[in-house]
Amino acid sequence: MDNAHLLLAVSGTLFTLGLVGVIVRRNLLVMLMFLELMLNGVLLSLAVFTQLLGVEAGAVLMLLVFTVAAAEIAIAVPILLLLVRAGHTLDPGAYGGLKG
Amino acid sequence: MNGMLTLLVLLPLAGFFLNGLLGRRFGPVFVNGVGVGLPLLAFLTALWAWRTLETGGGVPIIETVFTWAVVGEHVFEVSFYLDRLSAVMALIVTGVGALIHIYSIGYMKGDEGYARYFAYLNLFLFFMLLLVLGRSLLVLFVGWEGVGLASYLLIGFWFQDVTKARAGRKAFITNRVGDAGFLLGMFLIFTAVGTLEMDRINEAFATGLIPAGVATAAGILLFIGATGKSAQIPLHVWLPDAMAGPTPVSALIHAATMVTAGVYLVARMSGVYLEAPAASTLIAAIGVLTAFLAATIALVQTDIKKVLAYSTISQLGFMFLALGVGAYGVAVFHLFTHAFFKAALFLGAGSVIHALNGEQDIRRMGGLARRIPWTFGTFAVATAAIAGLPPLAGFFSKDAILWFALASGEGGAIWLWVLGSLTALMTAVYMFRLLWLVFLGRSRMQPETERHVHESPVTMTAVLVVLAFFSMIAGGFALPQYLEPLLALPEVRFHSALVHWAQIGFAVLLAVLGLVGAGWLYRDGGKPADQLWLRFRSLYRLLDGKYFVDELYERLLQRPWRWFSDRVFLRLGDRMLLDGSLHGLAALARLSAAAFARVQSGSLHWYAWMTLFGLVAVLIWVWRYV
Repeated sequence: MDNAHLLLAVSGTLFTLGLVGVIVRRNLLVMLMFLELMLNGVLLSLAVFTQLLGVEAGAVLMLLVFTVAAAEIAIAVPILLLLVRAGHTLDPGAYGGLKG
Repeated sequence: MNGMLTLLVLLPLAGFFLNGLLGRRFGPVFVNGVGVGLPLLAFLTALWAWRTLETGGGVPIIETVFTWAVVGEHVFEVSFYLDRLSAVMALIVTGVGALIHIYSIGYMKGDEGYARYFAYLNLFLFFMLLLVLGRSLLVLFVGWEGVGLASYLLIGFWFQDVTKARAGRKAFITNRVGDAGFLLGMFLIFTAVGTLEMDRINEAFATGLIPAGVATAAGILLFIGATGKSAQIPLHVWLPDAMAGPTPVSALIHAATMVTAGVYLVARMSGVYLEAPAASTLIAAIGVLTAFLAATIALVQTDIKKVLAYSTISQLGFMFLALGVGAYGVAVFHLFTHAFFKAALFLGAGSVIHALNGEQDIRRMGGLARRIPWTFGTFAVATAAIAGLPPLAGFFSKDAILWFALASGEGGAIWLWVLGSLTALMTAVYMFRLLWLVFLGRSRMQPETERHVHESPVTMTAVLVVLAFFSMIAGGFALPQYLEPLLALPEVRFHSALVHWAQIGFAVLLAVLGLVGAGWLYRDGGKPADQLWLRFRSLYRLLDGKYFVDELYERLLQRPWRWFSDRVFLRLGDRMLLDGSLHGLAALARLSAAAFARVQSGSLHWYAWMTLFGLVAVLIWVWRYV
């Protein structure tokens, strides 16, 4: 098994871990972290394929996704903060009433 | 002279728009000026057109206004056609029409819908002129429907009263039945001849190349249209109800002009009927039966306008009798004289109603002769005219009809003459009965009404006098001879002058007999007549119930049709099929929406699970098929 395969396996593992975490954990903050984990898994595979195929655009795209992810979190965390201020809990089940 | 006929037709239309749009704002003086002035101008134009026609030696004047449609090689034009027949009709329509407009000033004074009334009346004149002047059956049909519309609007003029609004609807719907026949006749003629211009149709039929079957069918279909408009059996039921409209309307539309449109149509299409003896026989039979039955009903009616309405139906029956035996000119002659004396009678009745503040029941009248002398005098003249006393107008035309019913070589028959003569006798009886009960004898008025009896204003009585004058002299115009170049009179079977004179003598005898009989029966407010009717109770009930034709139609047509509409159209068609399918679609959407709404539970973890399932499913699919 060469490095590429190993890295792809790590990427898949990261993604799966993140997904399982999002599904099983009942803490919004932790769920956000697992989301980041999933994103990292995807980005890792992107980095691997960029290297393998030698496409420089892939590296640029990666940087872009990072920036967007950071922005997302910058928005998600304040929303979370406001939610907790109103509901005094981090359990997403308590906010079921917010469905459209 | 170019544009003359167009001008004639458009004058009343202008009146309709001016009064309809501006009449309410500008007040009664403006309404009078427009509503009466323009019909008078139209009458002068008609006179001018007639003069032009005569100086041209009677050669028809054709005026094309515009091309309506070009379909393949067929060109449909809106064009006007003035020959002696349409000139006579146009003169009657505008002349009597203008007089009745003048009369309406007094009669409708202070009515809330004054401007609307004159607008409708002018609209009627417009359509009626379109009807009589149209060269093509198509234009005639537009006028035909238009006068129906105006009639509907004016019958239901006081539409707050439900029975009056219903009467308007009844007239409209009954006429639709006739119109179906008219349209089919038009289709048939167009298929057979390839044109709808009436002079060309007559020419085409005159060549004898058109099969007799087509002529018969077309003739009968057009006659069905005529029975609707001219209130002949079996479509006569609307005319008595049409008396719900203002009385001048009854005089103009439902006595003098519109109801004679059917007579005009048959006379105009005489070329077809000359080739269709069977259709002509049918017309004569229907005509004489209508005349007879309507006269019997008129004998017992107690509403002054209803008596006149049945009298109109009866007189129209006479005209159709004349048409049926091929004496087209004579029918038009009777149409002409009838326009005067029946308008005079209706307007006189209007004057009586006006004087009695709305009372229409002749049982509560009597002794009015001295109180409203002008109305009485003119009414008496018109009554004598319709009863056929010489030398008044009705005598000449009715005598000519009876003579041709007996002697015409194209369908004259003894039984037509017998029924016609009996009708003439009854006409005299019921008309003098009316005269007696309304004007003579002792007063049977309500004391309250009696105190307010007053003669009508001069705009009304002057019109009455003019019409009564024409009822006296109109018989002097020898219309059948005047129209002879257009509408040839049929061959006469009896050449001995003795038969003709005997017939005339007999007719006069009948009229006098009617006068004397009515005078005897209806003295003392009709007590002898009441005693007589007591012996024939069931007959009286039959006549009083108008042969129960309305009830028969109600049972035979209206109820089944209503049931069918309710069950099939409303419940099955509308509610089950249309509403049902729409409601079904809506329910489907609602159910599926409810199913999908359950997915959106608000639980974040559930969403995550579903994302997982979705991903897995997509992966499996990709792995399998890509």
